[in-house]
Amino acid sequence: MNKQPLFHISKRKALKWYQSWTIRGVAIILALLLCAVVTTAMTGENPLEVYKSIWEGAFGTLRKTWILMQNIAILLCVSLAVTPAFKMRFWNIGGEGQVLVGGLATAACMILLGDKLPGWLLIVIMTLAAIVAGGIWGAIPAIFKAKWKTNETLFTLMMNYVAIQLVAFFVIVWEVPKGAGKIGIINQTTEAGWLPVIGGQKYLLNILIVAILTVAMYVYLKYSKHGYEISVVGESERTARYVGIKVDKVIIRTMILSGALCGVAGLLLVGGTDHTITTTSANGRGFTAVLVSWLAKFNPIVMILTSFLLEFLGRGASEISTTFGLNHAFGDILTGIILFFIIGSEFFITYQVHFRRAARKEAENV
Amino acid sequence: MDNKIAAVKMRNITKTFGTVVANDRVWLDIYKGEILALLGENGSGKTTLMNMLSGIYFPDEGQIFIDDKEVVIRSPKDAYRYGIGMIHQHFKLVDVLTATENIVLGLKEKGRLNLEAARKKVREICDAYGFDVDPDQKIYDMSVSQKQTVEIVKALYRGADILILDEPTAVLTPQETQKLFAVLRNMRDDGKAIVIITHKMHEVEELSDRVAVLRRGHFVGDMVTANTNAQEMTNMMVGHPVVLNIDRPQPVDPKPRIEVKGLTVRSEDGIIKLEDVSFTARSGEILGIAGISGCGQKELLEAIAGLQPTEGGSICYINDDGSREELLGKDPLKIADMGVTLSFVPEDRLGMGLVGSMDLTDNMMLRSFRKGRSIFANRRAPKAVAEKVVKDLEVNPPSVSTPVRRLSGGNVQKVLVGREISLAPTVLLTAYAVRGLDINSSYTIYDLINQQKKDGVAVIYVGEDLDVLLELSDRILVLCGGKVSGIVDGPGATKEQVGLMMTKLGGGSDE
Repeated sequence: MNKQPLFHISKRKALKWYQSWTIRGVAIILALLLCAVVTTAMTGENPLEVYKSIWEGAFGTLRKTWILMQNIAILLCVSLAVTPAFKMRFWNIGGEGQVLVGGLATAACMILLGDKLPGWLLIVIMTLAAIVAGGIWGAIPAIFKAKWKTNETLFTLMMNYVAIQLVAFFVIVWEVPKGAGKIGIINQTTEAGWLPVIGGQKYLLNILIVAILTVAMYVYLKYSKHGYEISVVGESERTARYVGIKVDKVIIRTMILSGALCGVAGLLLVGGTDHTITTTSANGRGFTAVLVSWLAKFNPIVMILTSFLLEFLGRGASEISTTFGLNHAFGDILTGIILFFIIGSEFFITYQVHFRRAARKEAENV
Repeated sequence: MDNKIAAVKMRNITKTFGTVVANDRVWLDIYKGEILALLGENGSGKTTLMNMLSGIYFPDEGQIFIDDKEVVIRSPKDAYRYGIGMIHQHFKLVDVLTATENIVLGLKEKGRLNLEAARKKVREICDAYGFDVDPDQKIYDMSVSQKQTVEIVKALYRGADILILDEPTAVLTPQETQKLFAVLRNMRDDGKAIVIITHKMHEVEELSDRVAVLRRGHFVGDMVTANTNAQEMTNMMVGHPVVLNIDRPQPVDPKPRIEVKGLTVRSEDGIIKLEDVSFTARSGEILGIAGISGCGQKELLEAIAGLQPTEGGSICYINDDGSREELLGKDPLKIADMGVTLSFVPEDRLGMGLVGSMDLTDNMMLRSFRKGRSIFANRRAPKAVAEKVVKDLEVNPPSVSTPVRRLSGGNVQKVLVGREISLAPTVLLTAYAVRGLDINSSYTIYDLINQQKKDGVAVIYVGEDLDVLLELSDRILVLCGGKVSGIVDGPGATKEQVGLMMTKLGGGSDE
């Protein structure tokens, strides 16, 4: 009987929530152990010191904590934006471009209308402009997909480059001073179009807005008729047509929403924190958001956790590279190991592995 | 049962999927020179058991003996080495290759590929058992029955002595079924062991020598077919006595409800799917649609339901007061807005009728979620419908929050039919409503359809089991290659007559 396969894999029945979280917890512990081995072997540093430094990179000072929260908020905002599209199985990897055009529209309003309008009106117009710009950027690939069945992955990806080039162009148009190649802080003296600071905290407004958006998106996807239509279209377009859902309309509508929310992220970045725009303002968040959304299985509430995890690791990685004088790539290696384990743990939550020896023991017991 | 030689002995075979026990300590013997019918309701573990024999699944426990030697079958290749070949419901053939090329595909023989020798061997097999296959015909030119023949020859070519067929007649006409049975008998007489999985009782009685019954993963018993009857076998499968006849109540006050005239449909590649189809479906009546699969049944129903672009003709809905409304060119939403309640049970249950990953409540909501002006979907009403369907149709497990994908085939169909009936339709379209369902579930569905008929619904029933069509329908429309071959009255129609009409326009009466 030695010819039996070494192990075979079967699908699990749904696990209880605490069982699946135990598996995830074990995965993180294993990841940290492996990271420790790798750290000692490759750098000779004490892994505990390295972990401490990751923690301090994120929560070391009050200011660092606020920056972490702000970064989580923006990443979460982009992740919320791409989620309805993903639920519809529309692979929107154009979050980057949609954020950029939203930010560009915001910057345009601040620069062109900065002195001419009262502050509150300017902010209203900025918001609308960012939403419309992001919405258009999302709608274009959706219309092509709905009408001519183009591939949305490629289309949204290429729209990113168009957006980057647009920003590059306008940076030259609006550069201050001439020849600097960048816009610099917009309306530094008047602060026109800067989103208001509440509670004395520069980042609080952004965080609150994203918190509200998170709850709203959760309710929208779970309880609204639109959310239901998105799920049906995502699961089976044929079923959607069969019950009379207009698939084309749902695709376009959802992508406008997705793009518009990315536009809001652009608004928060440019109007709320950076007060300037560069070609790298979105900073890869459009892609990281894909990971955040998938890891959370498209649940907006769980996305708070996953976006925290990714930002926390990112901040920690840059901290250890400065503290220990290590190459930044080393931080990325640790981040990679941890993500690998977390994503890998999902396999063990869905499947069960039976080993040969165990199977034989069972057989003997019968 | 003496002096028979067991080709296969399965002992204590257990297979679990998660917590579901598909097979629980099953004992089964398969003898040479015998046709064994493996019976059981859906989910009783027939296919799982056979898949373990053909190397697709690996048993958790138990032993398999071939010719009294214990063997371990890890892959289909192992299975072939022990002479086991399985013909699945879905054929595994390459369309652009010829029959011979498909048959030798994947065989690793030494030296150069000698197609001429292979062709000769294929011919020999065909002659020996009476198969009707042209070794040089391309698969895409073949009918379903020919493709199935290629699959069987493929198994024999690889030296199969034990042949397993999973619902082989589901896609065949009565004449083709007879041909298949004839070659199976030839193979049996040649000493091969044959296992056939089927739900059709009359086929079991006609073909098999012995039946083995599984119930909920357990082996219940086996007996010689000649010593038993459909009633006894059914009772064994279900575990309690079942009444086996289909009612055909008199139609109540039939009035024209749907009038189809000159309907023509082309597929996306421009192939004519329906040509000049005309008929009338009446209220309080079941109109059966017979035809070889792929003869335009799907297109016909989808055209009426507003899902299929059409080329010409008209589909009129006739109200009780005699006023007419054109349905052609309208989508399902517009048809519903006109106040026409048209229910449609499509062939592809999980791909079209339901959403597999959603639970019962959300699936009930598919039809009703638009109701009301609120932007939020009301789940209370659909939940009540789901609970009623679960209770009335005995859906198992009785939970409205199970994703329908996890339900067995019969229960999925109950959910779908239950939802469509809950709309209180005036027209009910059903496509292969009992395909893959066991006897118990099938009779539940027949009863539901008959109940709709009594309530004055115009039922259009597309079916593949002619025996059932003949028992259930008030009239039968026979399609042949997208054209109407004829319409016959259900009472008095014979299987031979309808079978001929399926293969030849008008049933060849002009000859």
